[in-house]
Amino acid sequence: MQHILSVLVENRSGVLSRVAGLFSRRGYSIDSIAVGPTEDAAVSRMVIVVEADEEGLEQITKQLHKLIDVIKIHDITKEARVERELALIKVQADAQNRGDILQIVDIFRAKIVDVAEKSLVIEITGDTEKVDALIQLLRSFGIKELVRTGRIAMVRGMRS
Amino acid sequence: MPAIESRKQAVFLRGGEAILGSELVVTGAEALIRCLEAEGVEVVFGYPGGAVLSIYDELYKSNLRHVLVRHEQGAAHAADAYARATGKPGVCIATSGPGATNLVTGIATAYMDSVPLIAITGQVATFLIGKDAFQEADITGITMPITKHNYLVKEASDLPRVIKEAFHIATTGRPGPVLIDVPRDVTTTSFPFEYPDVVDLRSYRPTYIGHIKQITSAVNAIQKAKRPLLYVGGGVVAAGAQTELLLLAEKMNIPVTMTLMGLGAFPGEHPLSLGMLGMHGTAYANFAASHCDLLIAIGARFDDRVTGAISRFAPSAQVIHIDIDPAEISKNVRVDIPIVGDARNVLAELLPRVSAKHHKDWIEQIDAWKKAYPLEYQEGSQPQTIPSAEGVDDGPVHPQAIIRTLYELTQGEAIVTTDVGQHQMWTAQYFRFDRTRQLITSGGLGTMGFGLPAAMGAQIGCPQDLVICIAGDGSIQMNIQELATIAQEDLPVKVFILNNQFLGMVRQWQELFYEKRYSYTALKHSPDFVKVAEAYGITGMRIKHAGEMLSTLEAALAHQGPVVVDCWVCMEENVYPMVPAGKGLDEMLGLGGQ
Repeated sequence: MQHILSVLVENRSGVLSRVAGLFSRRGYSIDSIAVGPTEDAAVSRMVIVVEADEEGLEQITKQLHKLIDVIKIHDITKEARVERELALIKVQADAQNRGDILQIVDIFRAKIVDVAEKSLVIEITGDTEKVDALIQLLRSFGIKELVRTGRIAMVRGMRS
Repeated sequence: MPAIESRKQAVFLRGGEAILGSELVVTGAEALIRCLEAEGVEVVFGYPGGAVLSIYDELYKSNLRHVLVRHEQGAAHAADAYARATGKPGVCIATSGPGATNLVTGIATAYMDSVPLIAITGQVATFLIGKDAFQEADITGITMPITKHNYLVKEASDLPRVIKEAFHIATTGRPGPVLIDVPRDVTTTSFPFEYPDVVDLRSYRPTYIGHIKQITSAVNAIQKAKRPLLYVGGGVVAAGAQTELLLLAEKMNIPVTMTLMGLGAFPGEHPLSLGMLGMHGTAYANFAASHCDLLIAIGARFDDRVTGAISRFAPSAQVIHIDIDPAEISKNVRVDIPIVGDARNVLAELLPRVSAKHHKDWIEQIDAWKKAYPLEYQEGSQPQTIPSAEGVDDGPVHPQAIIRTLYELTQGEAIVTTDVGQHQMWTAQYFRFDRTRQLITSGGLGTMGFGLPAAMGAQIGCPQDLVICIAGDGSIQMNIQELATIAQEDLPVKVFILNNQFLGMVRQWQELFYEKRYSYTALKHSPDFVKVAEAYGITGMRIKHAGEMLSTLEAALAHQGPVVVDCWVCMEENVYPMVPAGKGLDEMLGLGGQ
C-alpha cells in the first residue's frame, strides 16, 4: 500500500541524493517526493510517498534512520492530515471552448494564471484525487503540458 | 645527505607557526594532521598525488607514520586490516580522481564487514569542482552507498568538526567506513585551529542498552529451550563480548556456531564450538541450525551464505536477535525476540538472569553428528597436480593439510589473513581460531586481493604477532605489488600461496553445476612466485609434493623476515561440505563419515 513519510533531514548538500539513492539501492520506488525548507533553516522536510508492504516499510524506515543526516521519520499514512498537491496545466483553448474550460476551472476552484490566444495555464491546488479529476476533465480539450509537485502533507492539530 | 637536512629544517620550521593572540592559525593540511594526532592515529596508509601535495608536505614534517603502498587499494585494505587486528580505526589517504576511485573496493570491503575505516581523499580545488577538472571524480557521490557517512569539506574551518565526527561515526554504533573528501584549496587555507572535545550529532544516537522487557523475554525463551543454539557473528567481536558469550554458553550448555566474521569469538577447540555454519560450514553446525528450537543470533546478519534457502533455515526455531543495528532485525529472517543493543551490554544483562541448564539430549545429538560427520578430506584422493612437478613419489599436497599443519606449527597463535575462494574456506574450516581479531578476511564483499595488503596492516598494528597470509594463485595476483611495501617496511609476514593453477572456487562450481565446463578458470600462465618474491627482495620457497611440506612450512615460519611460499596443491580439490545455492543447510554435498 501507499505510505506517506514525513522526514526531517539536515539541510546539507547531498542529502536529497542520500535519501533517493537509499530507496533505489534497497529496491523501493518513490511515487513522489517533495523537499523544502521548514521553520528551522537548518532543517528540511521531505514528504515521500512510497509503495510498500508493512515489512518493506519497516525496513526502509530503519535504513533511512541510519543515514546520519536524517533526524526524524514520521509515517503519517494513518494520521488525520492535510494533504496538498499543486499542478500547472496548459490546455489548448480557443474562443469557442474557452467558456467551457472556465466553467470547469470554476467548479474546481482552480485558477487561470496565463491566457494566450490558443492556450490557458490553469493552477490547481488540492489532494491528489481532486487534481486527477481536473486533469481527467481537461483531457478532452487537449493538454499541451502538465507539471505536478509531489504531495506535501501535515498532521492536523498541535502534533508535529 | 641533503634529504635529511631538509627534513630537519622542515621540522624546525614547524616550530615557527603563526600564532595570533592566543589563537593558533594553521592551514587546512596542518589542521588535518593535528586532528589525526588528536585522535591518536599512529599510522596512515597512503599514496601521494597532486591534490594531496599539501597534506603530504605536512606528513613529511610530522611524526605520524606513513606507509607508502603501491596501489591505493592496498592502502584501504591495509588500513581496514589494521582496524580489524587492533580494534582501532584504520586510516588511509589517496589523491583525487583515480587515487580516490582506487580506494573504492577497499571501502566497500570495510563497509560490508562493518570495519571502522577513515578514508581521506584529495579533491580538486572548490572552484574547479563540477568542471571535469584534471583528476576530478565525485568520490562522495561514488561512495555514498558504501560508506556509513561521507563528507565533502568546502570550508577549511569545518575540518576539525568533520574529522571529529568522522572518527565518532566510524567507531561507534555499528562501525563502518567514513570518507572525507578535501579539496586542494581547503588544504592551503589558513584558519584559527581548535579541535572540538565533543561531537554533537542530533540525528545519530546508537542504542547500546537493550530493552529490559525484551531481555526478560529472551531469558524466558532461553530457560525454556530444549535445543538452543548460539549463532554469533562479527558483532560479538566489535563489541568485545567474547567473555560474556563464553560465560553464557558454558552456564547454559548451549553449543555455539559462528559466521566467517565471528570465527574466534568463541574458542574453536571448545567442546561447545561447532565451528562455522553455512554454505561451507561444518555438517554438525548446519544440522544444529536445522534442528534447534531456539536460535540466539548475536551480532550476525543472516547472510545468504549462512542461511541457505531461507524457508529451510532453522525452521522449527524461535529466533532471538541481538544486534546494535535495528535495520538488521527481521531484514532476512523473521525475528521473535529482537533486542537492539551492544552485544556485550545485552549479554551482561542476560547472564545473571538465566539459571544453569544441561541440555543433555541435545548435546548428545550434536556429539553424535560430530562423530558421524567430522571435517575431513580424503588423503591421496587427487592425482598430483602441477604437471611439471618433478621427482614426485610421496603423493600430492592437500591444501587442507597445509592449513592444518600451519595451525599445529603455530599452536594456533598466528593472526591469519586470507584472500577469497577455496583457500579462505579451508582456512575457516581447518584453522581453529581461539580468540577474536585473529582471522582477518573479507566476508561480506568477498574481495580477492585482500589478503596480502591485509597482512601488512595487521603486522603493522600488531608488530609482536606472527602474521600469516593464506592466498590463492588467483587472489595473490590482484595486489601482488604490495610485496614491495612489505619489503620496504621489512614486515615479517609469511605468505602461503595455495597454488592449484585454477580459480578454484569458481572451478568447483563449474565442476558441480556446469558439467566441468571450465570456462576461463584455468590460470596456466602464472609467474614463478618464488622468483617474483626474490625480485622484490623477499625470500621465496616452494612445496611441490607432500614430503616437502612439513620441513618447508617449518623453515618459512622460522624465517626472520618476510617469506613467500608457493605451495603446489591438488588441482581439483573441492571444499566440502557444501550447501548448493538455493538449498537448505541440511542438504549438504560431500558429507564425510557415514
